[in-house]
Amino acid sequence: MIKHFINLEWKSFFRSAAFQTNLVLKIFMALGALYFIGIFTLAGVGAYFGLEKAGLEPLETVNRFMIYYVILDLVIKYMLQKMPVVNIKPLLLLPFKKAKIVDFALGKTMLSFFNIVHAFFFIPFSVVLIGQGYDPVHVITWHLGMLAMIYINNFINVFLNDAMPLVIGLASIIIGMGALQYYGIFDVTPYTGAYFQGLFEQLWMFAIPVVLALGLYKVAHAYFLKRLYLDQGLSAKAKVATTENLDWLDRFGKTALFLKNDIKLIKRNKRSKTTVIMSVVFLFYGLLFFTGGIESYDNPFMKIFAGIFVTGGFLFSFGQFVPSWDSSYYPLMMTQNISYEEYLKSKWMLVVIAAGISTILGLGYLYFGWEAYAAVFVGGIYNMGVNGHVVLWGGAYIKTPIDLTSNKKAFGDSSSFNVKTLLITMPKLLLPIALYAIGHFTLGPVFGYALIALAGVAGFAFRDFMFKKIIGIYKTEKYKTIAAYKQKN
Amino acid sequence: MIHIHDLSKTYNGVTVLKIDELHIPKGESFGLVGNNGAGKTTLFSALLDLIQPTTGYIQNGEAKVNESEAWKSHTASFIDESFIIGYLTAEEYFYFIGELRGQNKADVDKLLAGFEDFFNDEILGKRKYLRDLSKGNMKKVGIVATLIGNPEVVILDEPFANLDPTTQIRLKGIIKKLAAETGITVLVSSHDLMHVTEVCERIVVLEKGSVVNDIKTSEATLKELEAYFSKEKPLVE
Repeated sequence: MIKHFINLEWKSFFRSAAFQTNLVLKIFMALGALYFIGIFTLAGVGAYFGLEKAGLEPLETVNRFMIYYVILDLVIKYMLQKMPVVNIKPLLLLPFKKAKIVDFALGKTMLSFFNIVHAFFFIPFSVVLIGQGYDPVHVITWHLGMLAMIYINNFINVFLNDAMPLVIGLASIIIGMGALQYYGIFDVTPYTGAYFQGLFEQLWMFAIPVVLALGLYKVAHAYFLKRLYLDQGLSAKAKVATTENLDWLDRFGKTALFLKNDIKLIKRNKRSKTTVIMSVVFLFYGLLFFTGGIESYDNPFMKIFAGIFVTGGFLFSFGQFVPSWDSSYYPLMMTQNISYEEYLKSKWMLVVIAAGISTILGLGYLYFGWEAYAAVFVGGIYNMGVNGHVVLWGGAYIKTPIDLTSNKKAFGDSSSFNVKTLLITMPKLLLPIALYAIGHFTLGPVFGYALIALAGVAGFAFRDFMFKKIIGIYKTEKYKTIAAYKQKN
Repeated sequence: MIHIHDLSKTYNGVTVLKIDELHIPKGESFGLVGNNGAGKTTLFSALLDLIQPTTGYIQNGEAKVNESEAWKSHTASFIDESFIIGYLTAEEYFYFIGELRGQNKADVDKLLAGFEDFFNDEILGKRKYLRDLSKGNMKKVGIVATLIGNPEVVILDEPFANLDPTTQIRLKGIIKKLAAETGITVLVSSHDLMHVTEVCERIVVLEKGSVVNDIKTSEATLKELEAYFSKEKPLVE
């Protein structure tokens, strides 16, 4: 029976429009995955020797900070891990046992990259531990305990799909705990560290997380088994419609019509709402760079990178997928009396306004000196002037339909922000860094900043020209796009 | 109004649509029938420039649909749910379409008032997004939306499917009135021979992408069509 499921998945994967049109993207994703695997492996091997060199007991230190690792894992899983969409509805009528269908769906989550990747940290780390004379039996039980912790997260994530507040809560807890520890007010790690250390010292203790993980599996299984009905777990929740008055937007003329629609689109669909949250998260991304916390990030080029990211969160996560946001009613748009220019201008205005707001909110980076904010500021200008067009242009080629109305439960396709988005973003970052480098090595950093800003302003000046080009592409891609959007999922 | 010339569509060497010449005069109510795969939706999609014809062209009004976009201002259509914006309420959707067609809220409200019966109190003022409506109700919204802004050509693919009997009867009334009183050119496809013969002055039968019959509707038409399709039955050659 499992054979059938796997067969179906295989086909749906390789026959999807997205797969066939975005082979380059797949290659990028594979490279990205390899990168992370490499990082984790290095961390696994390096953690032991690095900590030892720093004069700390490696295992104990790892255990102390394990709580952050585990919570971070959960948050990342929520943000990035797409819940697998098994085409469940048609299966219900076929002679599959319902329990099998649920098993398969849950089993699919277990094989996710976001679980597997941890193996690349824990296995090398454990091997090094044994190599360094730690008791193999204890290392293995500790290892199993950790594995169980990762899977506990996996099953919690299955339930979490509709619980944004909970996740924000978790993220705040981790930030709060980190801050308290950093300022020496309260340190939670000795308590949680004792638990993780216990997993190593007490042979029996690994049974706790293992039993918990198994228990969660059972609960998740029972939960979905009970809800495997069209009007329960598999139905979309109908929310009471709210209407809002957006007439103040009318000052933007004909563009306002689309602008109003786009705002409704963002407000009323979970996928688009997540992109807004992501852009807020991006605002804080710069902290990694400007605080000097990470050594390899502490150079002017990476700061430009940060500037682009801080101000471009919405631009990348939303703009990237124009026109896919309208994929479910694209034929309507194509048969109505719509000019591409007004349609695109509305999306362009949205991303530019969002980049502008981010640039203003980024003023907080002044705390780290004027150079930090200069990077954010020119990044913002570049995003508004150049990347605003580039994302719309790139969007014409991304023909992945976005199912706004998709089932928002665990079996639905839930998170909007995925690895794909991150990867296609790369080229848009390299040009400003190159521009900066040219300035940096000729007349100095200020000239570098000026070059980026200049490029941004030039982008504005060529707006109409850029729009004409982009519209041309949208027109030539029209039929292909319609055909690809027809393919749901 | 609509002129089809030497139109064909081929997918991977299989011709799914081939119409040498077809002329639909202004104000005609035109019915399209044919079995599954006969090319009805393909023809409508080509009419709306949603697919690119392999050869030939379609002229709607003055313009060839794949060259100019002038036809969009006088043509309204409802093919399937992809013509519905799921996250809007029915009113918002109507106003949106209205604005695209140069109608203000008052104009739209006036038009909608005439469809109170048709909506059967299930559409307006319901505080429901369109995505949460049943298929039948979505269809009602889509069909009425095509009438906003005085179009000259209305294209409806399978308008009777999914509708309840009462609504089907009301829809027939609406379509008949459109062609008879307002001079709108209406193109309808359907599997229901009875409905089409009732509302259309002219019926074209498609088979494997070609026009096999072009009938001016009369008393005898229904019988003629039924005879044709029942003869067709042994499709296994």
